[in-house]
Amino acid sequence: MPDTVVLEVARYRPEQEAEPVFQSYEVPLRREWVVLDALNYIKDAADGTLSFRWSCRMGVCGSCGMKIAGRPRLSCATFLTDCLPGPIRVEPLTYFPVIRDLVVDISDFLVKLKKVKPWIVRKEEKPLSEGEYRQTPEQLDVYKPFSMCINCMLCYSACPIYGLEPHFIGPAAIALAHRFSRESRDEASAERLEILSGPDGIWQCTFVGECSEVCPKSVDPARAIQQYKLLGAAHWFRSLLMPKGAR
Amino acid sequence: VIPAAQYTPYHPRWYRRRVSVWWWLKQRNYALFVLRELTSVCVAYVAVALLLEVVAIGRGPEAHALFRQAMGKPAAVVVNALALGGLLFHSVTWFLLAPKAMDARLKGQRVPDAAVSGANFAAWAALSGAVAWLLLRG
Repeated sequence: MPDTVVLEVARYRPEQEAEPVFQSYEVPLRREWVVLDALNYIKDAADGTLSFRWSCRMGVCGSCGMKIAGRPRLSCATFLTDCLPGPIRVEPLTYFPVIRDLVVDISDFLVKLKKVKPWIVRKEEKPLSEGEYRQTPEQLDVYKPFSMCINCMLCYSACPIYGLEPHFIGPAAIALAHRFSRESRDEASAERLEILSGPDGIWQCTFVGECSEVCPKSVDPARAIQQYKLLGAAHWFRSLLMPKGAR
Repeated sequence: VIPAAQYTPYHPRWYRRRVSVWWWLKQRNYALFVLRELTSVCVAYVAVALLLEVVAIGRGPEAHALFRQAMGKPAAVVVNALALGGLLFHSVTWFLLAPKAMDARLKGQRVPDAAVSGANFAAWAALSGAVAWLLLRG
């Protein structure tokens, strides 16, 4: 194993350049270092002007998503030794506007996430005196994989549809909508299906499937979207056969 | 609406990269996806060819002989072979993806993806076998 590795980091300083350029940094190559460690090394020892987001360093917060060696990954979960021989290209997540260096604007995702109501909706809350809403392990099992999303947006960066049709609600938001629609305590699945059956919803997806490949939490958004399509199609057939009884 | 999001499209200094027309050539999985979608044309072609043959049979032995003669020409054989290849590729990828859309559950447990795909392949093989038996039994 060599002693050092070169990182080619995308720099975009709007006051300085019109489009991103790559800057090379040589960093120590250590077996236990992830790309985020190397970026922090650069920031501390080589170039304090480099901007990037990070927080937890352990694959939970979803802040440090970047395109590393051509693929969307969490920089805290990508070992330098897995990207050898280098140089290792580090770029901001694709399809999001770049604010500076590796920092992208995520407000588009936040708006979309809110649109699908990713929380438990009750038509009427029962009084506290009646106790909690209970759930069996089987009921939990139905939605659990989809609840593991950490909102890191790697799936958006992997989705060419999101790149071509920026209005597409996108993989993570739909996976989370699916998580709440499959939830035994929730009562808004019809409402979410209505939102996702619109022009920006599930039918935009052409099942490239790359969202599921890059997901660091094995959420499998592609599965959620295809299952939603099946629900949408079934709902449409029901409304065709029984116009009044579909809801 | 979050105010920042309304502001986003108009922010002059943020860099936005355009998606290249050739995005699907940049990664193997994207290319395979496009190939999978394109081979649906082969499926349509084979379906139309089958319908035309049924029409020819309906018109009588002479029409059917003409149809078979046309299909036996070298160019038609090449096209048919390509279509068959595309059809097989499309069918295999289709059945491999089927478990994603089907949420099959047995006694509260999710049926493994391999079992769902396997059942689809088995049904495909059984139906093809039945059709082959019908046609080839003499």
